Amino acid sequence: MVTVNGKSIGLSENITVSEYLKQNQYRPERIAIELNGSILPKSAYNSTILKDGDVMEIVSFVGGG
Amino acid sequence: MDKESSKHHTFTREELLHALNERHSPETQQKLSDGKVAIAGLGGLGSNVAFALARIGVGMGRGHLHLIDFDVVDLTNLNRQQYLLEHVGLTKTEALKSELLRINPYLHIQTDCVRVREDNITYLFDQDEIICEAFDDPEAKAVLTNGILEHFPGKKYIAASGLAGYESSNLIRTRRVMPNFYLCGDEVTEASYGKGLMAPRAALCAAHEANMITRILLGKADV
Repeated sequence: MVTVNGKSIGLSENITVSEYLKQNQYRPERIAIELNGSILPKSAYNSTILKDGDVMEIVSFVGGG
Repeated sequence: MDKESSKHHTFTREELLHALNERHSPETQQKLSDGKVAIAGLGGLGSNVAFALARIGVGMGRGHLHLIDFDVVDLTNLNRQQYLLEHVGLTKTEALKSELLRINPYLHIQTDCVRVREDNITYLFDQDEIICEAFDDPEAKAVLTNGILEHFPGKKYIAASGLAGYESSNLIRTRRVMPNFYLCGDEVTEASYGKGLMAPRAALCAAHEANMITRILLGKADV
C-alpha cells in the first residue's frame, strides 16, 4: 500500500511516479511532489518506483494570481 | 525642495520607526524590519502581499523586500492589483516600488524585472530568507515551487493556489505541506467565464500569504 494525498492506495507492482501521474491524469508541468518527507525532483519522476509504505503528497497548482 | 515634495511634510526615518514601534512594539518591529522577503509575481497576490508587508515595515532595518516580475501594468490588472491608472504601461517592479516608497521611503526594495526560470532561481533568491510565490500561471508556480524546494530546502516558502471567483471566503486556508512549504488558497478554483480573478478573493489569499510570512518573521512555524 502507498499513501497518496492522505489516502491508502493499492498499486500494481513496479509502477514509477511518472506512470502513476499519467494513470491518474495529473499534469506533470503543474505539480510538485513530496515523497516520504522530501521534495522529489522532476528529473527523478521517471526513475522512482513507488514501493510499499511510501507516503506521497502531490500538490497540483491551479492558475490565478 | 521641489514643488511635488513641498506638498507634504517630509517624515524622518525615526518618525516612521517610532510610529511602527508604537503599533507593534520595538521588539516585534525589529524582527519585521530585518525580514528578507522575496515576492515572485506582482499581480493580484504579489502586489497585495507587498503592500501588507511594506505597511508593517518589513525591510526597513537590515532586511529587504525583493520584488520580481517581468510584466508591465495592463488596464485589465486594475480589477485586483494595487496599481493606479497612471501606472498602465510601466513595469510592475517600478510601479510597485514607487507606491511602496510612498508608504515608507526608508524600505530597502530590490527589483528584478525578469521572468523566473529553472535556470535563474538559484541566482535570484540567494539573498532572501522567505520566498512568496505569487504568480498567475500554474506552470510558473510549479517551476518556482520545485526550484526552491530542491535548491533552497532551508528557506521558508509560501505559495498560493486557488483564489479565483467569489466562492466562500472560508474556503481559503493556509496549509503547511512540508516543514518549510506553506500553501494558501482553496487549491481548486481557477479562473473561468464569469468567475474570473477579482480583488476581494485575491486579496484574501494574499493576506493569508502575508500573514504566514509575518508569523514566520515573528518566530511562529505553525499555520
